[in-house]
Amino acid sequence: MPRQHQLDLLRIAGAGRSALLVAPTGAGKTLAGFLPSLVALSERGAQPLKPKGPHTLYVSPLKALAVDIARNLDAPIAEMALPVRVETRTGDTPAHKRTRQISRPPDILLTTPEQLALLIAHREASAFFSGLRCVILDELHALVTSKRGDLLALALARLHRLSPGLAAIGLSATVREPDELRKYLVPQGPLPPPPSVGEGGPQRGEGEGQRDAAGFGSRRDLSGRVASLSRPLLTQGPPAPAEGGGSKPPMADLVTVSGGARADLRMLDLGRALPLSGHTAWHSMPAIYDLIRQHRTTLVFVNTRLQAEYTFQELWRLNDDGLPIAIHHGSLDAQQRRRVEAAMAAGQLRAIVCTATLDLGIDWGDVDLVVNVGAPKGASRIMQRIGRANHRMDEPSKAYLVPGNRFEMLECQAALDAVEEAAQDTPDARLGALDVLAQHVLGMACADAFDPLDLYDEIVSATPYADLSWESFEQVVDYVATGGYALRAYERFAKILRGPDGLWRVRDARTAQAYRMNVGTIVEAARVRVRLGRSLRGKPGTVLPKSGRVLGEIEDEFAETLTVGDTFLFAGETLRFEGLAEDECLVTRAPPGTDPAIPSYAGAKFPLSTFLAARVRALIADPFAWDRLPDQIGEYLLQQRRRSVVPGERDLLVETFPRGKRHYLTAFPFEGRLAHQTLGMLLTRRLERAGLRPLGFAANDYGIAIWTTRDVSERAALDPDFIADLFAVDMLGDDLEAWLDESAMMKRTFRQCAVIAGLIERHHPGLKKSGRQVTISTDLIYDVLRKHQPDHLLLRAARQDAATGLLDVRRLGMMLERIRGRIIHRSLDRVSPLSVSVMLEIGRERVYGEGADEILAEAEAELLQEALS
Amino acid sequence: MAAGLRLEKTHKHPTLLLAGETLVLDLCGGLWLPAHRTLIVSDLHLEKGSSYAARTGQFLPPYDTRETLACLHEAVVRHDPARVVALGDSFHDARGPERMEPGDRAMVAALQQGRDWVWIAGNHDAAVNEGVGGRYADALTLGGLVLRHEPSPGDAPGEIAGHLHPCGKVAMRGRAVRRRCFVTDGTRVVMPAFGAYAGGLNVRDKAVEGLFRNGFTAHLLGDGRVFAIGRGQLARD
Repeated sequence: MPRQHQLDLLRIAGAGRSALLVAPTGAGKTLAGFLPSLVALSERGAQPLKPKGPHTLYVSPLKALAVDIARNLDAPIAEMALPVRVETRTGDTPAHKRTRQISRPPDILLTTPEQLALLIAHREASAFFSGLRCVILDELHALVTSKRGDLLALALARLHRLSPGLAAIGLSATVREPDELRKYLVPQGPLPPPPSVGEGGPQRGEGEGQRDAAGFGSRRDLSGRVASLSRPLLTQGPPAPAEGGGSKPPMADLVTVSGGARADLRMLDLGRALPLSGHTAWHSMPAIYDLIRQHRTTLVFVNTRLQAEYTFQELWRLNDDGLPIAIHHGSLDAQQRRRVEAAMAAGQLRAIVCTATLDLGIDWGDVDLVVNVGAPKGASRIMQRIGRANHRMDEPSKAYLVPGNRFEMLECQAALDAVEEAAQDTPDARLGALDVLAQHVLGMACADAFDPLDLYDEIVSATPYADLSWESFEQVVDYVATGGYALRAYERFAKILRGPDGLWRVRDARTAQAYRMNVGTIVEAARVRVRLGRSLRGKPGTVLPKSGRVLGEIEDEFAETLTVGDTFLFAGETLRFEGLAEDECLVTRAPPGTDPAIPSYAGAKFPLSTFLAARVRALIADPFAWDRLPDQIGEYLLQQRRRSVVPGERDLLVETFPRGKRHYLTAFPFEGRLAHQTLGMLLTRRLERAGLRPLGFAANDYGIAIWTTRDVSERAALDPDFIADLFAVDMLGDDLEAWLDESAMMKRTFRQCAVIAGLIERHHPGLKKSGRQVTISTDLIYDVLRKHQPDHLLLRAARQDAATGLLDVRRLGMMLERIRGRIIHRSLDRVSPLSVSVMLEIGRERVYGEGADEILAEAEAELLQEALS
Repeated sequence: MAAGLRLEKTHKHPTLLLAGETLVLDLCGGLWLPAHRTLIVSDLHLEKGSSYAARTGQFLPPYDTRETLACLHEAVVRHDPARVVALGDSFHDARGPERMEPGDRAMVAALQQGRDWVWIAGNHDAAVNEGVGGRYADALTLGGLVLRHEPSPGDAPGEIAGHLHPCGKVAMRGRAVRRRCFVTDGTRVVMPAFGAYAGGLNVRDKAVEGLFRNGFTAHLLGDGRVFAIGRGQLARD
């Protein structure tokens, strides 16, 4: 029997309008998204003419999901005997099938954002998409927060232009404020006619005026689309807040599926004290193992790959019953991952230890329990994960949160509260990335000659780019053409050229080929394959390369820090590093019982979400809420109140105290590790200037600790404004600039922008090599560029990324504003309970890119020692 | 951070005795021979950026030549040498001089003004032999020193060469620092590349190690000074 939301969607999309379907996991929202298309296709009579392109396009962030959906669609189509052909197009689709898909398109095409970018850059794109009636964007909430979301937004704008009247259907998990997603689906301004129509003549009388109006004037007839958007909403969605001049931005209709069975969610309580630090949750492994034994199939989610490796190994250590327990994370060899997925689907596994790779949507089996190890980090993430159990609406999902330490209990409690209220993090609105735009502009030139005025109008109709200025657009075009350098060195090599007719065209087939080979926004850290070598028995210490199998891949950056003989955990084993050979990391199995020496490598670390951080602050600030916390943490907070103070919800607590021969300053902004690392860098600079001789700092998700040679308490006593000045907002000015420019994280950010924008080509026509072979170190390029053209497009793009990405500067700025006048400073004679949490991070975290000379000096000292001995 | 770091002026540019000559290992990556008032720089790779644009369509910032020349200018101002030796691969390719911007060309001329300027032939720029001032040579002898681009195989007492772009890597406590370096065993020296876009070869590669059968010390260009690192402390890539 059809559900209400399915009927609603049918009505909206049937009328050619766009809609956002918000539903909890398991509500069958994906199939609901296809319903309007299936109905339309079934009502379509026999087709006398061969269609030029698909009727419906489905875009998913995961190619596995697209394949899965194709399978799920086959059943109803066969059942109803619909004359509908469904095909997938992913990176794995063979060339001959791709060609056929263009000449003989299916009715429904399932694909990914990258493949869509390639399709709209195809020479036949105009004709191919002219008959498109519906585009379905799955897992939209997960897509829009990234550069892939920018790429998809630009493609969507092109689709809206190629096929006026197109209905876009977004499918999303529950989000608190769906308006951003609703705007994303529909053009934010008038669109120029499809290129094939407008190309004939330069009849652009209105061009200038329209550009000046930045396309918001709605001068063109939008064939009813704008009108339809202002109809009353079908459901209780809140009206969009009036923005700017008071006119409401265009939004898609909202369809909300409410309800779903409540989750049966709890915190795993061992009934004994948890450690004060650490994230591995080693103490909970026996309990987790017991849970696995008591359930059919358990998904054990962890936050990092290190944690996955660790948990997997610990569970197997306990696995006296020999239960089939598998591991799944992004670094493992693809074949191994496929095997795990297949075994899961076939119901052969009792548990999978996995990272975010299994966060999103595929049904792989009959999961009846989800265990989340470590801090939840975000309310939406935890709900998504919980939803993986009993992927059906009517049964409650069963899940456990397993805190890794006493402080993670706070976060777990905050997440439990959030789930109880069904409150969610909201994806922040994104400012479209300039590097992605550069890639898109080149793609559009590959599709067809483009008129810059039309293309600009099209681009600003995409939500993330709605505020793009004409000047920035011109800079992007200039960048694509010749690199955008003040020194006009590359005119004669231009990639796109402007003809006498004012249209821009791609230079040659080779440039178009290079574009196609490098499309996409996922810049993997350069990686090396991990291959199992065999030790030569005759010659100890030598390893026969190329003999064993590939276990997976590790980041170049991690491999860089290994020296021969180092041991580390990977693919469920302790491995010994034997050296790098021809871009492969050679390893051998370490003897049984060897402890991995290298504790961590870069893996996905999610920062604590702003929303959850606020809830943790509120939880701490409210003693009445402590009752809901496990005793040990409640007692802990009482101790904190006795010895120092428990900060209010909006306050920043700063403590200073001596310990050993050093002086410490701790602060608790609760803004996530990334923002805290940036804060640590900046505070250290300031303390240095104030003559307090900082020696180092450590950060975690909740706070930072800085240690100094001189006494900060004493200074604060002499100068009452000292602490407030230390945290003044102006630290985001010159100090930040100066530090940013030197920071290794900034260089990494720049590298990503350079690759996405095509400055560095990952793949080069005629060359096989990639990854490590990236011709010139982007660090060298960065250093030269920022010295000679600091306002270059790519540096702007990198700074924009830094604001939200690795450095989280924006969040830091919001925090500094929040705490202005609300800093509580306590000079203590010893470390407080709260400070212990961050003090324990000391020595655990490494700080990137600082103090290279210190390391060199240490290595030099060893040489001196050798010489003297 | 800053506190553990002791900058000692005397070590900023350490000295080395080679074939009876005093060499100053300059932090900029050049060698200063006070007795000969000669500055040696190797592997400038000028116009590498534009070479990429011409060959691959990748538009690297076209400022590498002026950046390299600016660093060279700084060293020239500091030492006021009577002679500058560019130890080969001064241009990334034979057509590099043609592509040079007028401003950069003028900079080269200004640097050459009033001093002997020797372009030693390298493998990238062997075909360049006119149009950028100075004189051209395959190698140069200064007292007991021989200056040539490619290091000779086997023993080569008194040889100063470039070509290999040596880099040393120190890995410690989960952090790695990789820097350009001079490599020497007290009988010969291989110089680091000077060019802004020049890449690097790890000194533990056999191309470098093969030249120093009795071991070597790498002098890494740090942020504030040059550091002498023993082979045992140097990691492979």
